[in-house]
Amino acid sequence: MLSVGLINLLSPLLAVSLWQARLWYAIPLVLVVSLVYGATRHERMKDIFEQSIRTAIGLVGFMSAIFVLIWLIGFWN
Amino acid sequence: MTDAKYDMENGDVITVPLRDPRWAALLGWLWPGAGHLYQRRYAKGMLFMICILSTFFFGLLMGRGRVVYASTRPNDFRWHYFCQLGVGLPALPALVQAYATQNGGPPWFELCRRYPAGTFTANGLREFAVIPPGATNFSGKPLIDGLMAPPAGPITLEKNDVLGMWHSELGHWFEMGTLYTMVAGLLNLLAVYDAFAGPMIITPEIRRKLEEQKKKKPESVES
Repeated sequence: MLSVGLINLLSPLLAVSLWQARLWYAIPLVLVVSLVYGATRHERMKDIFEQSIRTAIGLVGFMSAIFVLIWLIGFWN
Repeated sequence: MTDAKYDMENGDVITVPLRDPRWAALLGWLWPGAGHLYQRRYAKGMLFMICILSTFFFGLLMGRGRVVYASTRPNDFRWHYFCQLGVGLPALPALVQAYATQNGGPPWFELCRRYPAGTFTANGLREFAVIPPGATNFSGKPLIDGLMAPPAGPITLEKNDVLGMWHSELGHWFEMGTLYTMVAGLLNLLAVYDAFAGPMIITPEIRRKLEEQKKKKPESVES
């Protein structure tokens, strides 16, 4: 309960996303996009998987940065 | 027969057999991964096939077979279909369904029927009941949902319509299903490019040319 309250305090957007589990729909998409992009950049499977991991980290990092930006803008109101 | 060759930094040379790139691209569009299998690039072909098709069919399942359809009617221009079409054959039945239903005809592969309750006609639909196929205890002309068929009946902004019912019944799954199927279509375009031209490997020679271009740019501005 305390953790849910803390999440609600931090961001209604995050709370709604986690509570309604819609954020989890991003996980398969990130996985698939990373694998396909990695496969278009390399030919060997080892290189493909390494590129995929880098791409997945980049995607999640970018999405997190946008989330933080929107969260900060929320304080403006 | 065409091959793409890449000279790597450690001295390796990667040769990618493209065979006939145009056939590979066409096959790759028609069925994700088929172009690569044609080129005997089996591992990548299976990777593309599994990733793209699972994304597409998972999205179609989330949308209960309704998120992939072709429509250019007023108030229902389904631009999403142009992205979904990237998947090729799995998305083409939507064109067949659009042709079958263009003059109000029934779709193939019926999913459910919607009957107006009371004395309302299908065009003035306000109440509806969804009845499984084959039920005989309702009368009146039904609006029929079909697999990959456009929503039946007129789509308006003022009254309840079948598209509105889909959104109401499926909730966020309609949007998620649409998103997944669109992403699958767009990813297959990348796979088609890979089949046509080989992977976009940055070799030392390409890196050197890019660095030379970067160095040239300030000089061209000054002159």
